[in-house]
Amino acid sequence: MPRSADVVGESTGQTSLLIRRIIAYTVLVALVIISLFPFYLLIINATRGKVQSGIEWWFSDNLSNNFKNLFDSDARSRYGNIFASFGYSFLISALSCALSVYFSALTAYSIHVYDFKLKKAAHTFILLVMMVPTQASALGFYRLMKNFGLLDSVIPLIIPSIAAPAVYFFMKQYMESSLPLEIVEAARIDGCGEFRTFNSIVLPILKPAFAVQGIFTFVGAWNNYFMPRMILSSKKTIPLVLQAMKSEIAGNPQVADAGVMNLYMVLAILPVVVVYLILSKYIIRGIALGAVKG
Amino acid sequence: MKKKSISYAKWGYIFLIPFFVAYLIFAVVPLVQTFYFSVLDYKVDTGMAPDIFNPDANVINKGFCGLDNFKFALSSEGEFLRCLGNTAIIWLIGFIPQIVVSLILAVWFTDIRLKLKAQGFFKTVIYLPNVIMASAISLLFYTLCIRNGALDTLLNKGSDLAITEKVWGARGVVGFINFIMWYGNTTIMLMAAIMGIDTSLYESAQIDGASPTQTFWKITIPLIKPILAYVLITSMIGGLQMFDVPQFIGGNQAGPKGSLKTVVMIIQNGKDSAIGSVGAISVMIFIISAILGFLTLKVMSDNSGKPKKKKPARK
Repeated sequence: MPRSADVVGESTGQTSLLIRRIIAYTVLVALVIISLFPFYLLIINATRGKVQSGIEWWFSDNLSNNFKNLFDSDARSRYGNIFASFGYSFLISALSCALSVYFSALTAYSIHVYDFKLKKAAHTFILLVMMVPTQASALGFYRLMKNFGLLDSVIPLIIPSIAAPAVYFFMKQYMESSLPLEIVEAARIDGCGEFRTFNSIVLPILKPAFAVQGIFTFVGAWNNYFMPRMILSSKKTIPLVLQAMKSEIAGNPQVADAGVMNLYMVLAILPVVVVYLILSKYIIRGIALGAVKG
Repeated sequence: MKKKSISYAKWGYIFLIPFFVAYLIFAVVPLVQTFYFSVLDYKVDTGMAPDIFNPDANVINKGFCGLDNFKFALSSEGEFLRCLGNTAIIWLIGFIPQIVVSLILAVWFTDIRLKLKAQGFFKTVIYLPNVIMASAISLLFYTLCIRNGALDTLLNKGSDLAITEKVWGARGVVGFINFIMWYGNTTIMLMAAIMGIDTSLYESAQIDGASPTQTFWKITIPLIKPILAYVLITSMIGGLQMFDVPQFIGGNQAGPKGSLKTVVMIIQNGKDSAIGSVGAISVMIFIISAILGFLTLKVMSDNSGKPKKKKPARK
């Protein structure tokens, strides 16, 4: 910034600037504490015993015991198969992430690269349906899956990810800024087929977009509670096990094992937190991009 | 780019097939079916004992009934309006602090004179709750806020505060969780908007001796109005879909006196029984979302001449 502006402001605003800075840091630190305190308690509580009243500020020594109890047959009979819940959650999240990212890129590629009559209409259609919440068609979706005999199956939680309008939109945006059509032209001249061009030349260029959208769709599926609750009954994803735990606290507090439950919550959020902390820079940039750049 | 000799148009269509087929089967057909259900007098008596010789004996489908389901849902007997009211109240409890805090933080983070340090750290921490499973955060808060939970110990020295057993306490907890989960996201969006403002505006305001408060109300707010409107409307769309948090905090009774029952819960609860009336409620959710969606599009395109990027509705 120009130096002149600084000089003018300096004489009058030095003290007020300092005060504003102190206020800003105080508020920020307070927010950091509010945001992190619940997770701190969660980790502490995961090391505590079965009955937990009140707050403890430091770790206890019950962690290994909680681990043992979480995976034993008693916990299984009460909350469902703990191992399997991680398996189902991972299977559903990984596959729906892969499907939505790949097919959204393919769709965006089609509309970005080719010239055809319905191109504009297809693009507008996808933009419009981006606003339709899944909840509005959930009843019809549930009844349809029931008719197909797909209730309590993971298929209805995976296959629909092929059509992900929001991911399409991001991919389209990314291609406009980073996919020069000359590359496609060059591949054609070299005799590369259209499908192969997409798979072996375009996909590598899209890697950064894949990473950002991949994380978002994976996390979205991992955290999803509404759809699995609608479709699954005997199989349980992580949020459904959490629901079983919640029911036990509400209905049968004497037998509820708080240490086990807190440990399970830690394990449920841990993978996402680790990935987030490693990639937070890119994730935050991705959100900001989504907000403004047009 | 157009090649006259070879037409590649066919590939364009081929590559669109997976998306559109999947969308047709898993979104369009269910939506049409939901609209169809909404005008049927269609119930399933789930209380009836199953009959192995006639599995459909408990299905009561009297066919087309016009707008009766809608009339019922909007009448005082139907719960739609009450649940919509609950949803709106809980949304407001979370949204008001969210927009205020986010605006303040966004202004601070972008202030060229304030020059805050460790911004990356702060942003990472305040956005963190957004990536964490809503059901896990809710269960955690539930265990903290129930009778004899940590909050009781902290605030009331061991006696029973039992905040989740009171109407406004329970709503407050849900609103607070929504706030914690979303203020980081809103801050980052508003920051991006503020950084898009020409810095020379701020510099000349500074030379003219404008105070930070004046700059905020006279420059920042007017220029980020479209993004503010966008944040407001998308948050409303997200609020309308609220389910996980109130369901975990409220349980089967949906909170004290049903005060946490949101509109989406009606769908989840009635999907096997009250098919006609749940259909009508889904259609109303669709209509409200559509209106909000078009408002978003309008706000975004009015201010830039070209359509801007949209984020998916919040869950």
